[in-house]
Amino acid sequence: MIRVGVDVGGTNTDAVVMEGKKYLGGTKCPTTPDILTGVENSIRGALTEAKINPSKVDVLIVGTTHFVNALVQRVNLANTGLIRLCLPSGSSILPFTDWPKSLIDGMGGSYRLIKGGYEMDGSEISQLDPDELINAAKELSNLGCKQIAISSVFATVRGDMEQEAFETLTKAIPNISITLSKSIGGMGLLERENAAIINASLKPLANEVIDSFKLLQNNLKLSCPMFFTRNDGTLIEAAEVIELPVLTFACGPTNSMRGAAFLSGLDNALVVDVGGTTTDVGEVQDGFPRLAGTSVMVADVRTNFSMPDVISIGLGGGSIVSSEDPLSIGPVSVGHELPQRAKVFNGDTLTATDLAVAAGRCKIGDKKAPSLTSLDKLIEIMDKMIADKVARARTSNKVIPVIGVGGGSVMMPSKVDGLEVICPPHNDLANAVGAAIAQVSGQVSRVVLVDDNIDRDSAIKEVTEEAKKLAVERHADPKTISVLTVSDMPLSYLPGNNLLINVTVVGDLLLETN
Amino acid sequence: MSVKKLTFVDKKSLNAIALGGAVLGSGGGGDPYVGRLMTQQSIEKSGGVKVIDIESLPDDALILPIAMMGAPTVMVEKFPSGNEFAQLIPMIEKMLTKPVSAILCAEAGGLNSTIPFVAASKLGLPIIDGDAMGRAFPELQMVTFTLGGISATPMAMVDEKGNGCTFDTISNVWTEKLARAITIQMGGSAMCSLYPVTAKECKDYLIRGSLSLIHHIGNIIEKHSFNAYEILVKELNGKHLFQGRVRDVERRTEGGWNRGIVKLEGIDEFVNRDAKIDFQNEFLVAMEGDTVLATTPDLICVFDSNTGAPVTAETIKYGLAVNVLGLPCNPIWQSKEALDMIGPRYFKYDIDYKPL
Repeated sequence: MIRVGVDVGGTNTDAVVMEGKKYLGGTKCPTTPDILTGVENSIRGALTEAKINPSKVDVLIVGTTHFVNALVQRVNLANTGLIRLCLPSGSSILPFTDWPKSLIDGMGGSYRLIKGGYEMDGSEISQLDPDELINAAKELSNLGCKQIAISSVFATVRGDMEQEAFETLTKAIPNISITLSKSIGGMGLLERENAAIINASLKPLANEVIDSFKLLQNNLKLSCPMFFTRNDGTLIEAAEVIELPVLTFACGPTNSMRGAAFLSGLDNALVVDVGGTTTDVGEVQDGFPRLAGTSVMVADVRTNFSMPDVISIGLGGGSIVSSEDPLSIGPVSVGHELPQRAKVFNGDTLTATDLAVAAGRCKIGDKKAPSLTSLDKLIEIMDKMIADKVARARTSNKVIPVIGVGGGSVMMPSKVDGLEVICPPHNDLANAVGAAIAQVSGQVSRVVLVDDNIDRDSAIKEVTEEAKKLAVERHADPKTISVLTVSDMPLSYLPGNNLLINVTVVGDLLLETN
Repeated sequence: MSVKKLTFVDKKSLNAIALGGAVLGSGGGGDPYVGRLMTQQSIEKSGGVKVIDIESLPDDALILPIAMMGAPTVMVEKFPSGNEFAQLIPMIEKMLTKPVSAILCAEAGGLNSTIPFVAASKLGLPIIDGDAMGRAFPELQMVTFTLGGISATPMAMVDEKGNGCTFDTISNVWTEKLARAITIQMGGSAMCSLYPVTAKECKDYLIRGSLSLIHHIGNIIEKHSFNAYEILVKELNGKHLFQGRVRDVERRTEGGWNRGIVKLEGIDEFVNRDAKIDFQNEFLVAMEGDTVLATTPDLICVFDSNTGAPVTAETIKYGLAVNVLGLPCNPIWQSKEALDMIGPRYFKYDIDYKPL
């Protein structure tokens, strides 16, 4: 199966062509302001290098930073209103609590609390009142809201009231666009609601992005199916991205870590991804990124969807260096202007790349590296910046390798925090490789009453079988399916021992090949 | 150890209080985050809460401990209405025919370290620098006041729907039984006021300075993040019990308690060693093989190795690297009478309490 993987980063857009596990070719192009030109350039370049005709491509897989960028920059966000089904509970913590003001301004910050929601055992706090619901939506619309997010208390235990609200509003108000909290996050009303609001605000942009990617597919004569990569490194269909763009949020670091593990053949390692402007440090366990704890901050908002645990620093190949006291490196970077502005390219700016060349770590550019009296000290500072983060990303003193990836990985020393650094071939395109090898997942979350008839292990086994079935429905090859995560949480205050079991399985994509 | 006296709580100091409260939660008591947000919303209107020393009040002043009762997991989904305290406190004042002079934290650990600030802020009352546990404990009678023979009743309890009830019982254990049953009917969480005490009784049995302490602990974590545990060991006279990665978390719910065992595989200086922590809402017993590392009532606190943040028994999960600390409990908990109430045998562990 021929796969094209693309990863849109802040500085560069990378593309690779792979056949099964074999790398056929790839390119790195500057990310363009419109994003798509950069994507088109990189795919064309990769296909040319791999000598593959577009008609031979079986699948296109894209990882993009469109959505998280929009959120961070507070642009292209739809005015979003939230309806929380909760009264009489809920008023002591209002929606949008703890949000940065600039982001609230970016999406309006309007909300309504109405009757509804569930108790922990699934009984109703109060009944949903369709008239109150429709009025709330109309009021929010009058306030300028283009998107509606709906949250309900204990939607993770019972999702039917959110569903009922969705159906009522869809019938009553034509063309209304709704995000339900239960489709995104887990336990924790505020975090789940925040994720739903963010998702809703990104939906119009998601629509545009998908449309333009489809157009691009036509331009490139790629008639194959197109997928996007999710935060967990697995695939999501384009139609699903339009509804749930937040699920693709953190795919950048995930793809690079997955790609690093794949290219090096190491399933358990630390990954240091040195880009043009920033360096991300994370850990892969069994080939997948280690995930952050229960809640994650996204653009300064607390949410609770699964994201890789990544530490970032403002150090990259383009980081601007001050070689006089006080010595400093970054966080300001020349970004994709490196080939014009770095000293080794006859430019006028001293960059981290120049330091690496001067120290003999790599050969880049057409000019000799500048000789600096403070070189040793600067290299020490640079190495320490990375070593500090690697030390923090480690969760044990176990000696595991460090995989260096990204265009700037040539700057890395041979050892970091006492660990050996491995830079596998094609590591500068690791993120696009990560996209190309993305697998299919199946995730099932179910409450099981554990009693004399079924114990914890059998209950988990049952849910695992369900997850496997789901993955197969999403085109996973049954022969390749393995369990990625298992967790179980008891629901107290219910008679008996009720476990909320969560299982995620993954398998290779199985498509009819060309 | 020098702890700066806390005299006023505004929006800025709330984060440190919530963090420190989570540490004294000893794995239980719930994530104080929700309580912090509630307090924050309330303080935005009131401006802040005054923290006072118990000695500043006359002996006959009425002090009202406030707590949330029930499952903290419920609170992360079902937030209170915000009207509970305006209903609750007059209920007590009516029963005692006396106005309340100050609010008190019943337990300085977990969610209940922040909830009383909401009550204080809503009613414009000061809060006492101290509490009745010095940590979190799972049951209502497990307060220093019980040791002084002080009754939990008259007690009042309200839910977010506006239901309220009062209790008049023969013992604090009965109060626990009855109040817990009603909490379940109220949907798993309720706001209550219990152990109404005079300032005199408070002066005899209060664990003093708890609010200043949690604020101090929170500041240390904010400042030193993943290294904070080392400083906490030194400043709080504690012990670094273990460093390891979570290899299994087995959970079950029994009688409304979140019970289970966390298994740890040692890392760094603890490599090739295994430890386990038993929890029943709070972390109660830490063992390495057959050796007891720490037991209740000493505090067993778990910190995320990466961030330094306290980890609760509810959120601890596989793969997390953690530091386990033992912190000494207040000496009031070390008497035989106290240990009968909160020692390992009460929680059905066949071991005796040995101080850290």
